[in-house]
Amino acid sequence: MAKQAPVLEVQDLRTYFYTRTGVVKAVDGVSFSLMPGETLGIVGESGSGKSMTALSIMGLVPKPAGKTVGGKVLLDGEDLLQKSNSEMRQIRGRKICMILQDPMTSLNPVYTVGNQLIETLRMREDARGHGLKERAIDLLSKVKIASPETRIGNYPHQMSGGMRQRVVGAIAISGSPKVLIADEATTSLDATIQYQYLQLLRELQKDTGLSIIFITHDFGIVAKMCDRVAVMYAGKMVEFAPVRDLFNKPSHPYTEALMRSVPNVDEEVDKLYAIEGQPPALDKLPVGCPFAPRCPYVFDRCLHEYPTSVTVGENHHAHCWKLI
Amino acid sequence: MQRYILFRGIQALFTLWILSLAIFLSVHLTGDPAQYLLGSEAGRTEYEQLKKNLGLDRPLYIQYIDFMGDVVRADFGKSHILGRSAREVLMERFPATLQLASAAFLIALVVGIPLGIVSAVKRDTPIDMFAKFFAVLGIATPGFWIAIMLILLFGAILGWLPTFGRGGLDHFVLPSFVLGWAAMAGMVRLGRSSMLEVLDSEYVKFARVKGLSERLVIFKHALKNAIIPLLTFSGLTLAGLLNGSVAVEVVFAWPGIGRLMLQGIQTRDFPIVQATVLAAGLFYILTALLVDILYAYVNPKIRYE
Repeated sequence: MAKQAPVLEVQDLRTYFYTRTGVVKAVDGVSFSLMPGETLGIVGESGSGKSMTALSIMGLVPKPAGKTVGGKVLLDGEDLLQKSNSEMRQIRGRKICMILQDPMTSLNPVYTVGNQLIETLRMREDARGHGLKERAIDLLSKVKIASPETRIGNYPHQMSGGMRQRVVGAIAISGSPKVLIADEATTSLDATIQYQYLQLLRELQKDTGLSIIFITHDFGIVAKMCDRVAVMYAGKMVEFAPVRDLFNKPSHPYTEALMRSVPNVDEEVDKLYAIEGQPPALDKLPVGCPFAPRCPYVFDRCLHEYPTSVTVGENHHAHCWKLI
Repeated sequence: MQRYILFRGIQALFTLWILSLAIFLSVHLTGDPAQYLLGSEAGRTEYEQLKKNLGLDRPLYIQYIDFMGDVVRADFGKSHILGRSAREVLMERFPATLQLASAAFLIALVVGIPLGIVSAVKRDTPIDMFAKFFAVLGIATPGFWIAIMLILLFGAILGWLPTFGRGGLDHFVLPSFVLGWAAMAGMVRLGRSSMLEVLDSEYVKFARVKGLSERLVIFKHALKNAIIPLLTFSGLTLAGLLNGSVAVEVVFAWPGIGRLMLQGIQTRDFPIVQATVLAAGLFYILTALLVDILYAYVNPKIRYE
């Protein structure tokens, strides 16, 4: 395969929160790239900075406490962090869009789904005037909603969670974005609905060549959906690998621990494995490796210096002193 | 929707009936009006005679049936003290309270809601600080004290405004401001917290993610949801204002229902008390009904139940 230019490239992204107790480094030097049509998974515990990374890319970090203080977010070579608010509004929904965690609450309860779909379509120059309703119906059928002509007049509470998430998906792809960020998009759906939804996303991706960033803590989804995976811990990406390599050869102790904590149906265990200790408070990060206090392999150097990136395989890197 | 309104209407009637029963009983528990009217020197026969005249010698349930029959015809009997129909007295006083309440309610709506919303949107800016301070002051300071201070300043010292009674437009300024401030303060607080909650919601976040303009996000997506709790509060506020504020009406010698109620209670004037309290209950129930209907209009979840 010829080397393509990445559609999205994030370099040394830093988003900090300024609170009374100190500076919380929610995203602390994150770098990755995303190829056209590729699916990248970002995994990690709650509070590891996955969602904040997504919001930083979208330019929607909660103000005034949060601020993206450094780095670059290059979408087709243009740095989104340098864009004004109104320029970002042109980009959001059209070039890059996001599906939020909770389908039950992502849609406004007081407007019909048709209204919310059409208002998104209306913002695009090519979609002014008539035909909006037809396009909305078309989009609903694209996400496999049965009888979209009637559903378009429904309020969110008249739909099931899975259906609402489909509507959210329809809205997200309505502007034919190049990048779609799915932030725990299926976490609150039950297993069969989740499966259908993932299937749908794959189909949409195949049709449109969309690149997807999948934020999740579910390794099952990672295995099913992703080409490459980034593991986040305490605001940093600690391991980066093609999905197969990550499962075959988890290199960072944290990744290893995460994998061990996924229960296996075939094995009988008395007690489920859990990583000992707590993730560090992000406003009081230790000097060295933030995982050191919980790491079974910890040694002296880990406590004093943050590990450099070590190449463990092709396109496979991890930040750990043990690997040197 | 029609079934919903019908159902709520029946509920309202039922509530009204319970209220009438409660009033009837509690008024009869507060003391003997015949004794109060006659004073301690009256003789036994005089006392019995008056009781008979007032109908107080009959069994309680008969009195109640009588009372209900009259209430249905909006007849609350003759005031023991004023010697006139209680309904007449009530209707005479009502316009004064209605005017004052409308003025205060208007202040509360027009100033309170926008201030609360702006305060949430511009969180932690000077305008937010001002709104919060203004609201806390309005809630925490007793109305009668503000009233007295304003009378002192604008009436006694500056001499700009009349300080008591009902008259021209200038008579409205002080009492409606005092009443309106307290009501407005509540609106500011509730409007702010409700808007903050909505602004923090996933659908507002998603509206931004979609690339909607900030104007659409605030005025279309956030505002309509933030208004819902304010609707209930406005209804209660309006009902409260319509019943007349006892303190403000007394301080400004405003000839409204609040003062009438107080006089009625002080003189054990049963018909007056019953009339004013029932009227008060009726206002609450009617505004609650109105709010419920408006609520269904704003909130599709209720409309489609």
